[in-house]
Amino acid sequence: MRHDHLLTAKQLSRADIEAVLARAREFADDPAAHADRHPGALLALCFFEPSTRTKMSFETAAKRLGGDVIDMGAVEDSSVKKGESLADTVRVVEGYADAIALRHPSQGAARMASEFVDVPLVNAGDGAGHHPSQTLLDLHTIAENAGLDDLTIGVMGDLKYGRTVHSLAHALTNFDVRQHFISPESLRLPRSVRYDLHEAGANVREHEELEAVLPELDVLYVTRIQRERFPDEEEYEKVAGQYRISAETLDAAKDDVAVMHPLPRIDEIDPEIDDLPNATYFDQAHNGVPVRMALLDLLLEDGGGDE
Amino acid sequence: MTEKDTELRVSKIRDGTVIDHVSAGEALHVLAILGIDGSGGESVSVGMNVPSETMGHKDIVKVEGREMSEAELDVLSLIAPDATVNIVRDYEVAEKTQIEPPEQVTGLLTCPNRHCITNAGEPVATRFDVIDDGVRCAYCETIVREDITDHLAV
Repeated sequence: MRHDHLLTAKQLSRADIEAVLARAREFADDPAAHADRHPGALLALCFFEPSTRTKMSFETAAKRLGGDVIDMGAVEDSSVKKGESLADTVRVVEGYADAIALRHPSQGAARMASEFVDVPLVNAGDGAGHHPSQTLLDLHTIAENAGLDDLTIGVMGDLKYGRTVHSLAHALTNFDVRQHFISPESLRLPRSVRYDLHEAGANVREHEELEAVLPELDVLYVTRIQRERFPDEEEYEKVAGQYRISAETLDAAKDDVAVMHPLPRIDEIDPEIDDLPNATYFDQAHNGVPVRMALLDLLLEDGGGDE
Repeated sequence: MTEKDTELRVSKIRDGTVIDHVSAGEALHVLAILGIDGSGGESVSVGMNVPSETMGHKDIVKVEGREMSEAELDVLSLIAPDATVNIVRDYEVAEKTQIEPPEQVTGLLTCPNRHCITNAGEPVATRFDVIDDGVRCAYCETIVREDITDHLAV
């Protein structure tokens, strides 16, 4: 992989993705056996928004590779509270660390930050923009469960603001995949993502109801519909209720459909599905460690390549 | 009415810029791009909705004592893709340019996405890629197709 930074999934070629996944498979076999890869390397965690899985799995990944992390901590406890710009923050942090993982509420934050630093920077979520390292672990999970070619996937929920959805959709254009997007009209894919998918010649369909496509799906990727996207509670309940799944929902699906979710889940996947072999979301979250190990390994190994 | 009649209505200039074949109704936006609001003392002539053989109707802007910069031409190309720009020196057309859209425009538009990092007080100029039928923020990727002039940073 020849990148300085990982900012969006759009920059990833099929070869890039396969390189990360191959390395991730090596690491997944015995994550504790690779502490000699990057001894002493420091990853800076700059999370301007809350995170559990992404932050902890980056931290685990850095430590499994023999490195360590420095953590900016919560925004309330940092210089950001004093009005420091993101540009200044990352320029300072660059001097402390060998790589930066950045989460920020503004779209395009990672791209802007990358223009101010030379160490590899990973976009760990920029508002409703992108989340490419999540996409790599999603792809790893899909590869393990259904394979990445000749695949039919349904992505359901908040497609407008869901950054994991945007990144996944871009990345899947590298493979032979039929992509179905299921959402209420008000939360369909944003114009910019639809534009890119069209430009990439992707095989894409949009739907308002899951029933129409459920029997075809090899993977059903569910995302959370957030309350704050709706003007009132009643409207939210009405819409969100149509995009929840239960064990009964899966009766109409293929027996081996893989149910994925980037988590956190609220109530869009009934907990009764957790015990079915179709539930892959906890494995998916666990895959964050070997995949982020692979990503960091390749970025630190290549450091200084062309984006 | 002919183009000749138009020339009679809008007087010749000695040194400056004539922007012709501007889409009808866009002349005031052209002045906005140039930062001309009358307070600078330039002599400005504007023809709006004048009949044109090739365009049906068009606008014309003539500015005395002012030549357009590359950046100004870039934005002009977005709102008036058919415009021609004539640089006039001593009453003669010294240069005639058919403008072409650039690949990117920097610092001239604001991003309409309020969640874009370029609207967060960071020390960074806006940058838009020019796509087939609009522009696209290089940071948050928002596509703007309609009413681009509403987002002029000038």
